[in-house]
Amino acid sequence: MAKENLLYSKDHEWVRREGDKATVGVTDYAQHELGDVVFVDLPAAGKELKKGDPAANIESVKAVSDVFAPVTGTISAVNAKLGGNPELINQDPFGEGWIFSMSVNQASELDELMDLKKYEEYLKGIAGE
Amino acid sequence: MKKTKINAAHYILKGKMVEFCGWDLPVQYSGLNTEHMAVRTTGGIFDVSHMGEVWFRGREALRAVQHLISNDAAKLEPGKIQYAGLLTESGCFVDDLLVYMMRENEYLLVVNAANIDKDFQWMKKHTARFDVQVENRSDEYSQIAIQGPVAEKLVQEFTDIPLQPMGYYHFAQGRVQGMDAIVSRTGYTGEDGFEIYFKADAAAASKLFLDLAEKGEKYDALPAGLGARDTLRLEAKMALYGNDIDDSHTVLEADLGWILKLKKDEPFIGQEALARQKEAGIRRKLIGFELVDKGIARHGYPLTVQGREFGAVTSGTFAPFLKKAIGLAYLPLENSAVGSEFQIGIREKTVTAKVVETPFYKRKK
Repeated sequence: MAKENLLYSKDHEWVRREGDKATVGVTDYAQHELGDVVFVDLPAAGKELKKGDPAANIESVKAVSDVFAPVTGTISAVNAKLGGNPELINQDPFGEGWIFSMSVNQASELDELMDLKKYEEYLKGIAGE
Repeated sequence: MKKTKINAAHYILKGKMVEFCGWDLPVQYSGLNTEHMAVRTTGGIFDVSHMGEVWFRGREALRAVQHLISNDAAKLEPGKIQYAGLLTESGCFVDDLLVYMMRENEYLLVVNAANIDKDFQWMKKHTARFDVQVENRSDEYSQIAIQGPVAEKLVQEFTDIPLQPMGYYHFAQGRVQGMDAIVSRTGYTGEDGFEIYFKADAAAASKLFLDLAEKGEKYDALPAGLGARDTLRLEAKMALYGNDIDDSHTVLEADLGWILKLKKDEPFIGQEALARQKEAGIRRKLIGFELVDKGIARHGYPLTVQGREFGAVTSGTFAPFLKKAIGLAYLPLENSAVGSEFQIGIREKTVTAKVVETPFYKRKK
């Protein structure tokens, strides 16, 4: 798994950048914290979002959590498989469980995200609390 | 944070700990869905030591209990249990509870963890004129619930009390793993099961829990946390105080008329208000719903009935066994018939829900 090439947010999202496109999912830590995912509320393709806007909702049995837009841009694709198989987020969070892709207008907005090493340190900090 | 005497066992079993009503308790161990399904198909073992135990003893113990509760405790005999409401003057809930008749002139009332102090003060205040001793012994008692189809076999390995002949809502006193205990055929999951009340130090209490979990393995029973307890009770439409029943909805509105005995011998708190309401009729009622649209409606999400805002979801979840989004809410009586549709706001969206028959889940006998 190419987790090294991903960027990570403090909300436990991962972002894969490919040119002017960013694909977003949640990390293994996030899916574990959420527990069994039973429904994913996906955004409509074409929806314009500002960086930090809630883009999707993941519902597990015990809680709901937002997935935020990592950059300002337009939703270009959503993972339609999650409609029938929301558990893909638990089973393969970095692969088949991806959530949406969006256009990247300003690459500098990605600068606040962490690389894998920093994210792993961030997780250690959470575990130590 | 308060710890039950079983606390150490939760850490050994790697429970995911949360604060609940001031207590350090596990929300789950292996996973909420897994634990929920285990209780429906095999068994689950819960630490419910945070529940409160209040003893009523004395010549007028029955009168005192009768004065406080909605149900008719005169119908009890030693070894029998009753579910009842502890009511305000207006017929709403101070709490809901179980009444155990221990023997003549002695009753045990089991109350919700969040309400122990409030209930105890209320009970003392309103029974001062009776010849009764009211004693809060919540801190002395541990409680373990074993729920699910294998519960009888599993618990029988630990006790000399014959469990097979014990009826639902009955109990017996005997020994469990060498300790004096009360064992009742009761629970909060919609399954067959037992609740064990016992006095022990932390080491012995944790050991019993761990031993139940270990012996449970051969029956595929699992330790289960507060998360599964909540989804299980909701599938069985068992009310949760603070969500579905509270001090602003009456017993009749909560659709719990079966625990209201207006004609019992002893007058009781809330009786007059409820007699009037029964005469006049209720205007809103607690109903069960399913979502027609996709989504999950949770506690506090706002309702719209016929275009009009009307309160909020009292409890809501994705039901792991039924595999659909269910919940409870108060609706205007005229909109509460099975099949009626209404709307629920889920963040920026509005989804349609419909009233369904309850309980959502009923076990096959």
